[in-house]
Parts: sequence; C-alpha cells; structure tokens
Amino acid sequence: MALLDKINNPFFQEVGDLARFTGRFFREVVKPKQEWEEFINQCYWIGYKTFSLVGITAFIMGLVLTIQTRPTLLEFGAESFIPSMVSLALVREIAPVITALICAGKIGSGIGAELGSMRVTEQIDAMEVSGTNPFKYLVVTRVLASTVMVPILSSLAIAISIYGGYLGVNLKGDVNWSLYWYQAYDALIYGDFIPSMVKTIFFGFAIGIVGTYKGYNSQKGTEGVGRSATTAVIVASLLVFILDLVAVQIADVLGLT
Amino acid sequence: MEKPIIKVSNLNKSFGSNHVLRDFSLSLFEGENLVILGKSGSGKSVLIKCIIRLIDPESGEIVILDQDISLLDQDEMDLLRADVGFLFQSNALYDSMTVRQNLEFPLRRHWTKEERAEKAEAAVLQALEDVGLSHTIDMMPAELSGGMRKRIALARTLILKPKVILYDEPTTGLDPITSREINELMLSIQKKYKTAAIIISHDMNCIRMTGNRVIMLIDGKNYAEGSFDELLKNTDPKVRDFFEGL
Ligand SMILES: Nc1ncnc2c1ncn2[C@@H]1O[C@H](COP(=O)(O)OP(=O)(O)O)[C@@H](O)[C@H]1O
Ligand SMILES: [Mg+2]
Repeated sequence: MALLDKINNPFFQEVGDLARFTGRFFREVVKPKQEWEEFINQCYWIGYKTFSLVGITAFIMGLVLTIQTRPTLLEFGAESFIPSMVSLALVREIAPVITALICAGKIGSGIGAELGSMRVTEQIDAMEVSGTNPFKYLVVTRVLASTVMVPILSSLAIAISIYGGYLGVNLKGDVNWSLYWYQAYDALIYGDFIPSMVKTIFFGFAIGIVGTYKGYNSQKGTEGVGRSATTAVIVASLLVFILDLVAVQIADVLGLT
Repeated sequence: MEKPIIKVSNLNKSFGSNHVLRDFSLSLFEGENLVILGKSGSGKSVLIKCIIRLIDPESGEIVILDQDISLLDQDEMDLLRADVGFLFQSNALYDSMTVRQNLEFPLRRHWTKEERAEKAEAAVLQALEDVGLSHTIDMMPAELSGGMRKRIALARTLILKPKVILYDEPTTGLDPITSREINELMLSIQKKYKTAAIIISHDMNCIRMTGNRVIMLIDGKNYAEGSFDELLKNTDPKVRDFFEGL
C-alpha cells in the first residue's frame, strides 16, 4: 500500500484507501461490543428495500429465459432439457448477479448517501465525540448486514426464478410441478449451489464496503453526498462483475463446473 | 493560582500550506466562561476540535482534567469525552432519530444497560426541561426551528453532566431574540451545573453577556487576552478591528 501511495495516481490512491478501509473493517469487527440492534435494523432495511424488486426481476428472468430457450431446444427435440438448463443458468449465474446488481444500486447508493450526509452534517463527528465508535456503529453493521442479506436475497431469487421458469414451460407445454422440480433439481448438485452462495457472500461484502467507504469519506457539501451515492453504485456494480469473473475461474480450477 | 481544567500549550496545526494554529496556548479555569474571538476562517473550530481530539495537531500539548490527551488510548479518550460536552455549530443532530433517541445516544457508551433502563427516561426529561423543550420529546429534528435545534443539541450535550462544554458559535445564524435566549440558557447552565465553558463566537452581544474572559485568536496565536472591557480599551489595530463601531 505504501507503494500505491508513491505512484501519484488518483486511481491507485483510491484503491489504496479502499484497501486500508477494508483493513480497518477487519480490525474493528473483532473488537468487543457488537452493535447487534443496529445490525438487525440494517438487515431488515436491506430486505425491505430490495425484496420486491429482486422478486419481480427474478420471476421475469425465469419466465423469459424459459420462453427464449424453448425454440432452440425444440429444434433439437430436446424440449425436456428446458427445466435443467434453465435452472442451471439461474442458480449459477443469473440470480446471483441480478440480485447483486439490484443491491449495488439500492443498498450501495442508500448507504453511500446516508453516511455521506451524516459525514457532511457532522453527525459522524458527533457520534465520535459522544464516545460511540462511529466506524463500529455505522460501517461494521452495514457491511455485515449486506454480507448476510445478499446471499439470502439471492437464494430467494433462485427459488422465485425457478418458479417463473415453471410457469414459462407451462405457457406452451404441460409439465406438472413435481416433474419440473424433479428435472430442475436433478440437474443441480451441491457443486452448483455452494459456489453460487459463496460468491454472493463476496458480492454482499463488496457492496457494503464500497457504499460505506464512499459515504464515510464523503467530501463536504451536498455535491459530495450525491457523488458518494453515484460512485458507490458504479464501483460496486463493477466489482460484482470482476468478482464474478474471478469466481468462475476459481470454480473452474477447483473442478466445480 | 488555581489549576486549569483545560490547558493548551503551543498548539500547531496546518492543512497543507495553510498554517492555521501557530503556537496557540490557553488555560480554562473552573466555573469560568472563556470566549474565543476571531474572524471567520481563523481556526476557532479547528482549535476546539483539537481539544476534543477530532483533529490531531502537529505539535503542542493539550491537558484536560489532568490528562494529556495525546497519551490516552481510544477507550480512555472516550471516557474523558463524557466530561467534555461539545456543541457543534451545525448542531449535528441525528436526523433519522427522534429527539428522545438523540438524547439517549450518548448514554449507550457511558451507562450500562441496567442504568439506562432505570434512569435514561428521567435524564432525558431533565435535560429537555433544562433547555425548556419538554414537549418536543417525540419530534424529529426536521420538525424543529433553528433555535430549538440548538437547544436540543445542548440538551444532548448536558445529558452526561459534563464538567466542561465547548460551544462552537452557538448564536451564529440565529435571530437576535433567539440568540439572546441561547445566551441566557448558557448562563443558567453555567450557574446550575457549575460547568466551565469555552465559547467560540464573534457575536459581541454573546461575548458581553456570557464571557468572563476573552481570548483573541488572530494569526493563529493567542493575540490578546483579558476581560471584555480591557480588550475594548486595547489600542492594537488588529484588536481594535473587532470593536469598530461599538
Ligand atoms: N479538514 C480540513 N481540511 C483542510 N482545511 C481545513 C479543514 N478544516 C479547516 N480547514 C481550514 O482551516 C482554517 C480554519 O477553519 P475553521 O477553524 O473552521 O475556521 P473558523 O474560525 O471560522 O471556525 C480555514 O482556512 C479552513 O479552510
Ligand atoms: Mg467555525
């Protein structure tokens, strides 16, 4: 990190600062006295804010994916593969990434704007002065909440999107739920669920860290708050894609694909 | 001479090439209201933020209640902060919390859960009564006027019964009548709780009403010091500037 500071480039400086911020997160998270109440509040808030959006999007994704794969598979006479193919795509890739992107938009900007305006109006300083550690109270709770909630939301998205796929199959064909579920489930092994789960944990962590980092270090003025919120979304979304790429490579090396 | 509650010696602080405080020193004694007078941007806020350790100075010594704050770890500093109230110029009320939650917030660090369950309610009511705003207890900060917000911020400071209060421009931005009420409030708190205070201000009425002693912060230094009337007679042009037209 000292090396990054020497290279006088704003991008590398930002990366260095973010790394230091992440380091501080890990130092603070192990300190005693956890802020459970605020953590629960944040989990609730994240779920409340994003659940309907994630649910609707997941449902549509499942439906659309099925409708669109159908003609191709029909051509090869492989219509019966629809449930397994669609569910594989949903579990491995589509549900986790769509959930993470929605959360990057909603949670990332929400946290960035909230902490940004608290910084600018000196509320964070006021916490410090009153003896409450604002990093622990504001940052640690939000990062943990997003790390926990994104995988949960992604799991819900998987369930909803598979159900959407089921309805999609039944628009033209006629497959009953237990057969559909059997075929979908049969195609999936733990090798699909676990990497998908693990990567959403990282997505959630990245979204929380970037949102809190941008907000906590917001520049003075209303403009600074707006900038914190927008850059939080951009950086978090980008990180989701980069992490996804890394996850695919790792899963490949471990032979999970 | 009696021992000071806060002693600041040779404080230096710069931001880049902007040398804000240059060997600044002051002493605050028990029960007194010390006013720091200086023009906008002269480093008054930086000074009191150094005292509460929101800003780290480059050099100099700050001793509060016999403790050198640069030697304290985070926990010890937090404990000391219970004795030192800080009123932000912007009030810095937590705008997502009600007045009650705002006032309870400082207690979470300094009182145990049992103490809070037992005494928090009474403490909140007492602090609100001290500032004359008992009826606002369930309101949000956004529903309050500027003067009311200042009072709530003061109540939040009072809840831990500090020995010293640092006021950052308590009357700036308020109308003359409200300013007067805030000045009277500061005096009544000094009287009731025997607190000492550092009051940052450039409002002459505020200084005249509340200040027992005045320090003029000019060019980053403790440029002149004395009672209001003494400074009024000072012939130094930089000091005179402040009293033009009085
Ligand atoms: N965090 C900061 N970063 C850079 N410069 C600062 C910072 N805080 C204050 N300053 C500068 O220090 C000087 C004194 O500021 P301040 O103490 O807020 O003045 P005032 O006497 O009006 O309260 C100003 O020139 C201001 O620009
Ligand atoms: Mg100021």
